[in-house]
Amino acid sequence: MERLSRRQLLVASAAAGGGFLLGWRLDALPRVLAAAAAGSEPAFAPNAFIRVGRDGRVTLVMCQVEMGQGTYTSMPMLLAEELEVGLDQVHLEHAPPDDKLYGLPGFGIQVTGASTSVRLLYEPLRRAGATARTMLVAAAAQTWNADPGSCRAQKGLVTHTPTGRKLTYGALADRAATMPVPTQVALKAPEDFKLIGTPAKRLDTPAKTNGKTQYGIDFRIPGMKIATVAASPVVGGRVASVDDGKARAMKGVHQVVRLDDAVAVVADDMWTAQRGLDALDIRWDDGPSGKIDTEEVVRGLAAASESPGIAARNDGDALAALAAAPSRIESVYDVPFLAHAALEPMNCTVHVLPDRCRVWTGSQILPRVQEQAARVTGLPPEKIEVHNFYLGGGFGRRLEVDNVPQAVRIAQQVDGPVKVIWTREEDMQHDVYRPHYYDRMSAALNAQGQPIAWMHRIVGPSIFARWAPPLFKDGLDEDALDSAVQLQYDIPSIRVEYVRHETPVLNTGFWRGVGNTHNNFVIESFMDELASAAKQDPVAFRRALLGKSPRARKVLDVAAEAAGWGRPLPDGHGRGVSVLYCSWGSYLAEVAEVSVSKAGEVRVDRVVCAVDCGVVVNPDTVKAQIEGGIIFGIGGTLWGEVTLKNGRVEQSNFHNYRVLRINETPSIEVHLVRNSEAPGGIGEPGTAVTGAALANAVFAATGRRIRKLPLENQLRTA
Amino acid sequence: MVKLTINGKSHSVDAPPDMPLLWVLRDLLGMNGTKFGCGAALCGACTVHLDGSPRRSCVMPVSAAVGHRVTTIEAIGETPVGHRVQRAWLDLEVIQCGYCQSGQIMAAAALLAKIPAPTDTDIDQALSGNICRCGTYPRIREAIKLAARAPAPARKEV
Repeated sequence: MERLSRRQLLVASAAAGGGFLLGWRLDALPRVLAAAAAGSEPAFAPNAFIRVGRDGRVTLVMCQVEMGQGTYTSMPMLLAEELEVGLDQVHLEHAPPDDKLYGLPGFGIQVTGASTSVRLLYEPLRRAGATARTMLVAAAAQTWNADPGSCRAQKGLVTHTPTGRKLTYGALADRAATMPVPTQVALKAPEDFKLIGTPAKRLDTPAKTNGKTQYGIDFRIPGMKIATVAASPVVGGRVASVDDGKARAMKGVHQVVRLDDAVAVVADDMWTAQRGLDALDIRWDDGPSGKIDTEEVVRGLAAASESPGIAARNDGDALAALAAAPSRIESVYDVPFLAHAALEPMNCTVHVLPDRCRVWTGSQILPRVQEQAARVTGLPPEKIEVHNFYLGGGFGRRLEVDNVPQAVRIAQQVDGPVKVIWTREEDMQHDVYRPHYYDRMSAALNAQGQPIAWMHRIVGPSIFARWAPPLFKDGLDEDALDSAVQLQYDIPSIRVEYVRHETPVLNTGFWRGVGNTHNNFVIESFMDELASAAKQDPVAFRRALLGKSPRARKVLDVAAEAAGWGRPLPDGHGRGVSVLYCSWGSYLAEVAEVSVSKAGEVRVDRVVCAVDCGVVVNPDTVKAQIEGGIIFGIGGTLWGEVTLKNGRVEQSNFHNYRVLRINETPSIEVHLVRNSEAPGGIGEPGTAVTGAALANAVFAATGRRIRKLPLENQLRTA
Repeated sequence: MVKLTINGKSHSVDAPPDMPLLWVLRDLLGMNGTKFGCGAALCGACTVHLDGSPRRSCVMPVSAAVGHRVTTIEAIGETPVGHRVQRAWLDLEVIQCGYCQSGQIMAAAALLAKIPAPTDTDIDQALSGNICRCGTYPRIREAIKLAARAPAPARKEV
């Protein structure tokens, strides 16, 4: 165990001898195990999330990973609230991979993503805390031969109210472990919350100010070598030949590992490994994708968009209403592949031993790390040890484990542990990208300018079909359709179609904001087109159609008011609005203010965002996530684009994959609309709601409607 | 052998003179607080101080550090300005994933050592080379201003 700070102890994984039980799964029978060996911690482990030692140490096991979004504070808040301990009394530990104990309700997978942590664990974690507290109180009552109703738990102590006698959780741990696990526990009423809803200080940040936090890339173990790798620049390509003479002659280079689709140089240190890699002469067999350019990808999508898709929503008869309308508004939208560019490049340390395999890596989906290592080594999963870390950014990239089997295959040829680090260039060019999507929109307005029919055809690959096949149902991908099928506007005929088209060459996956990054851009840009055709104000036009969605209308009102919607702006400046609702359960409205130079440069001057995410656990984290999400969205919308030439990604580093910097960052105001609705997600919506607000602001500033991203490219070239 | 002074201590390392300081710190000395982000001085994650000035250690040959004082994130809290920056970072909850923050804090501390009361423009100029993918920029800006005006410790456990 490594001491990281006074109040926080993190153990690099490792299940404590089978002491975990009682998840929230209905089929996991409630039981209690005392610690296996007498005298060892923990004395009291009532479920998979909580351990109390005889010394009073309270350890909370973090089933969700911390990648900046604040889960290592919000999850402890949920547990501690009901356990009745202060956040200054808890120690945190990374959970090991275990879908049975830690699978997300509804997913069955231990995964951190899709803005689910608070949304899906709000009640299960409180229940876990309340169960432990109930047993500690029962233990105290038995000790005192008192009625549990006369005992009260607070700050890690149980007090017998009539007599004032007190016992610490540590002193009660052994007895608590013998108490029956209650089948039902009472959860606190929201008005009794001491932690939930308060701006708690984050538990993970002190060690992030002094370089002590360990990310996967920081892991070291005696005897470890360092490798860096060049995989085929074209997906599906193979190594044809390698001349490694120069590299092998270099001081500090141990070996050159050749895989069928990659070559790695194993050295004493990263710099020597990189120099070794540079000295290789690798010839690639590109395979079938070696001639494909972006234009071909777009042609394929465009062709697929000509055919009808599978209907995901069908209110009224949109096709008939459109056919009968005297005029229609029709548009095509086109959004590019995007890289995640998390600042910690992909990395994985592996030690393959004859009878087991040890893996150290930061991942949003630990069980798949284990699964992949088992598949490659042929070892059973229980022989694969997986250690998680803090993540230097996730954004969906670390929902993929493609670098793990690669690292294991390299490690199979290396004597001892090896840390495989991707260079930034390797990371940028071997990402699992946000898909390139292509959308066809059409709508008709009545004589009063109200929309009477709406048709949205989405064309793109299905990430779920690969990533979670059970979620790809009846030819529909819920993620590709998210927010399109929940369209909140009151339009009598709505049809949403999905055409699955697997774009060739690049692997595609989840990117912060997922399917909504594209759908919300399309929907809210097109809404602006309709408002313009109806000669109506964009906010008033939307507001009139949100009569059946009061929460959406409320955030729109709050954002418009705070932004000073309607107040005049100088020439070349404009305001744009966007409203978001989707499966995350949160409602957002954003007003962006931009200025556009004659050369087509866009400067975002101000962003105002109103958020209704229901019950708030940590309000400051909500604001931080929205701010960060907006910044991620601004860079992605203005400049984000991954292009292909001869099957190869053209971008390689931050000079040609531009992301937002501090000098380009607008003032951002986040307004929380508080209520007691079920908690919604907040990690991603700030990103998803931003694209359309910017495009609409550019339209207001310039009169130019941009339907293809990135924005600035279009302003400069069109 | 290359002789270096890092955080006030002398080190002798067996490194070729052109090895970047970043990899000397990380792989030869095991000082992992300084981060690898891009390898091309484009992101600022590897920022250290050389005689108090911010430098991108990923492109700085170790030979260029000989005879100079190197300060890293591990010791920046020992300087008054570095300590104020760390404290302001916590007071305003700047940090999310934290991976870029070693570099951000080093850049901010160097700025404040040079300009005790920086304007927004000063901050933009000094920090524009430091990428944060989590988007903590608005809070970085405010925290630098807080560190500039707040001398008294507000939170001790750094």
